[in-house]
Amino acid sequence: MRLIKNKIEHNGSGTVTLCPEEPEDMWHAYNLIRPNDLLRASAIRRVTSTQETGSTTSARVHLMLEIRVKNLDFDPQSSQLHVSGTIVNETAHTKIGQHHTLDLELNRNFTLEKEVGADGEGVGWDSIAVQMLKDAVDEGGNRRAEAVAVVMQEGLAHICFIGQFQTILKQKVEMSVPRKRHGGGDHDKGMSKFFQVTLDTLLRQLEFNTNSAALTSNEAVRPVLLASPGFVAAGFQKYIQSVASTTTPALKRLLPSIVVVHSASGYLHSLAEVLQSPAVKTILADTKYARETKLMDDFLEQLRKETNKATYGPREVESAVDQGAVGRGGGVLIISNRLFRSQDVAERKRWVSLVDRVRDIEGGEVRVLSSDHESGRRLDGLGGVAALLTFPIVDDDIEEDDQ
Amino acid sequence: MSRHRVKAVSYDEDDFDDGYDSPDPEEQEFLQQCTTEVLNQLRAGEPSVTATRDEVQEALWHYYNDVEKSVNYLRNKKTKETKKKQPVPAPAPAAKAKASTGPSPDDVVLNAQSSAKGFKSKQSASKSGDKKSQAGLTEGLNNLSVEEKVNVKSKNLDVLSEYQKSQRKKAMNFAVIGHVDAGKSTLMGRLLADLKAIDQRTLDKYRTEAEKIGKGSFALAWVLDQGSEERARGVTIDIATNKFETENTVFTIVDAPGHRDFVPNMIAGASQADFAVLVIDSGTGNFESGLKGQTKEHALLVRSMGVQRIIIAVNKMDSVQWAQDRFDEIEQQVSSFLTTAGFQAKNIAFVPCSGISGDNVTRRSEDPNVSWYKGRTLIEELEATEPYSHAVDKPLRMTIGDVFRGSVQNPLSISGRMDAGSLQVGDQILTMPSGEKATIRSLEVDGEPSDWAVAGQNVTLNLVNIDPIHLRSGDVICRASAPIANVTSFTCKVLAFDHLLPSMVDIHRGRLHVPGRISQLVATLDKVTGASIKKKPKIVAPGTVARIVVEMDQAVPLEAPTRIVLRAGGETVAAGLLE
Repeated sequence: MRLIKNKIEHNGSGTVTLCPEEPEDMWHAYNLIRPNDLLRASAIRRVTSTQETGSTTSARVHLMLEIRVKNLDFDPQSSQLHVSGTIVNETAHTKIGQHHTLDLELNRNFTLEKEVGADGEGVGWDSIAVQMLKDAVDEGGNRRAEAVAVVMQEGLAHICFIGQFQTILKQKVEMSVPRKRHGGGDHDKGMSKFFQVTLDTLLRQLEFNTNSAALTSNEAVRPVLLASPGFVAAGFQKYIQSVASTTTPALKRLLPSIVVVHSASGYLHSLAEVLQSPAVKTILADTKYARETKLMDDFLEQLRKETNKATYGPREVESAVDQGAVGRGGGVLIISNRLFRSQDVAERKRWVSLVDRVRDIEGGEVRVLSSDHESGRRLDGLGGVAALLTFPIVDDDIEEDDQ
Repeated sequence: MSRHRVKAVSYDEDDFDDGYDSPDPEEQEFLQQCTTEVLNQLRAGEPSVTATRDEVQEALWHYYNDVEKSVNYLRNKKTKETKKKQPVPAPAPAAKAKASTGPSPDDVVLNAQSSAKGFKSKQSASKSGDKKSQAGLTEGLNNLSVEEKVNVKSKNLDVLSEYQKSQRKKAMNFAVIGHVDAGKSTLMGRLLADLKAIDQRTLDKYRTEAEKIGKGSFALAWVLDQGSEERARGVTIDIATNKFETENTVFTIVDAPGHRDFVPNMIAGASQADFAVLVIDSGTGNFESGLKGQTKEHALLVRSMGVQRIIIAVNKMDSVQWAQDRFDEIEQQVSSFLTTAGFQAKNIAFVPCSGISGDNVTRRSEDPNVSWYKGRTLIEELEATEPYSHAVDKPLRMTIGDVFRGSVQNPLSISGRMDAGSLQVGDQILTMPSGEKATIRSLEVDGEPSDWAVAGQNVTLNLVNIDPIHLRSGDVICRASAPIANVTSFTCKVLAFDHLLPSMVDIHRGRLHVPGRISQLVATLDKVTGASIKKKPKIVAPGTVARIVVEMDQAVPLEAPTRIVLRAGGETVAAGLLE
């Protein structure tokens, strides 16, 4: 995302003009735009006008519309963001108060205005929003690390794209492969059919050009991680090699970027393990994802050791912050960005103030995990918020609060 | 023309040739006489019937003018027709039409002979001019639908009484478990080979093939490791079943893979077992690494799946020269571990043996080094196991182990072990979670065709009237009258093997393997009384019993009391019972 214009006032109100450049920027936009914000973007609206005689003509007109956001609809599969709301600016074709749904488009600027109401209605550009904006605006242009992962087991494959901020499950392949049976059986046949379907699906998702002419093209190929328990992934790699050497020579371009790793199962939540494997770490060195996964593992490790230096759940974490345990010298607040997406302003304010407090007053570290990544999903399972503490807290008193 | 021999009338030999096409007046007159007589007798007799002159003459012609026979035939025919008239009015006009078109002699004779209705209707359908058959054809066309329904006739057996009547040998399944490379497959291959459950020729074939790829010692394991990948890598990947018989028992071996990646397959195998054989590699260092690895995990798993009896085959004793102190050391360590895992001491048995040489498997070892061992051999231990009773009178439940193409006649077959209930050929079954119905065309019990099957047996069902897309391994077969519910969340009481947190887990029940997440830790419980110790714990420590709530994205057929296993990151984290 490119920052075109930044006019954020000290009190937190102001406007920002942004230009999304790649699909993942839509996800950032989805996190930045909140209900009650003002969004200005180009729109195509069908306008129906009635003549004096009563006949109607309708025409599609190109407009710049500004809407007060009511609702957001994000489709992660196709990275499309639809923002609906009421129009606030008057144009020749629309009236104030009419509803419109803006579809944000790549390479088209949009302007986002956040207001701070006198009675605390809006939250403006709070620290989290500013941080998100920073994350969204790719200054160095150095975080393009993207990979495709195929997490598979016999008869099941999940093809997903791992981006900087989100993991998108593109397609799931499910087939019934006959088990091995006494006296042969169709197991081998079933497996090669399964491999074939998986490869076809993968190539379609990659939009991989299988023309033999494409063999010489210099188009970059993303790393492809094949993960499975046992030998399924290795078998799949072998299958791709054999296809490349027989029918589809263009596949040879894909071969060097394939990495086979181990996973515990063919389900998506095994991805965490995949991304921790040394082979993958070298490819995806220092991606946000890898750091997040590491952080979650550290946290779970602390919990396991029962040192009482880790806690999770909204109430427990707030209480720990109150006691000053999430401060300088190792205190880390881990929070899922799902909490900031809450429709409820008070709810968001609660979390933003917690984050601000830990960062600015207590001096602890704050990590916002993307709920669209595996680590974020793990965190969501724990209530969306967790903390590593500087000193042990015995949580018996909290339990009494619950009852 | 030999059938034109005339019985009742003396004929001139000369008349014979031209007599058929143009009957002489004398014969005509005789025929008229007989016809009247037949008609009279028909009217007078009991039950009274009427027939047309033509019909009577036709009958007379066939019975060579024998009045008595014609009367009997016509009476039978007419009474049948009047009976049929009530439900199906069609045959009467058919018979008339037949008479008017002048049927060939063959047809009528066949008519007289056949008592089966189906034969008759087929015959009438073969006549193109027949109005009835045309009507039937259109009717048939209306009945035709895109989906071809196959009707399988049920014998309506009382399966339970059949089961009690049958004089079968007792049948038992056992799972072979243990750490990778403990020699499970080889030991079982040896058992099968020594019991002649596999012929020498096949074994020799395996031996030469195995030597060809430089894995000569794997030849016995190839009896069970049938997959090409398994053979190439020398590792069992999926469970293999094989059966053998002793004098009074039929055993089914479920050979489980030992590699940690294939524990899901091992769970599927163990869920079919009545008891378990734990194979331990006695080699220096191997036993110790096994105990940390899958020896422990497998033993805990089979115990948590309800297996009570466990036989420990201390394998590869030849590699340690049958040292008694080594055996004692292993026995002591393993039995203390198994007791803590919940096995009763009387249900644990140790046998020192060697799969590769066959000592103490089916025959007592003759090695002088083994003279210290006076106990039973492996096969004797197997036979000493008490059979288990199965819930045959409960509603039908069977987890599908495999979906495959049986043969050309049976394009869709499923196999598995019946958990509860009974079934027979022709039964309609329901598969869950898809909720589709299917009909059992035929079934096999332990590879032998049978008309029925009960819980505890290993069956193959050949199905019709269902699309294979609705059948996956792990699905549950039940009856529409007592279906199993599909659930998306359940509460269960589990024993934690690892720390439990609200997190993602894999849920296993037999072949069923689905992703889910622990959404709530309800309470930790007292191991003995089951009373709640601490509500809403933050984390459940290993070795404690807890009540947890598990949620799944997709609906899964599960019902209480089912034993489930929860795994995460390639390790078993908990096992327990659905509530």
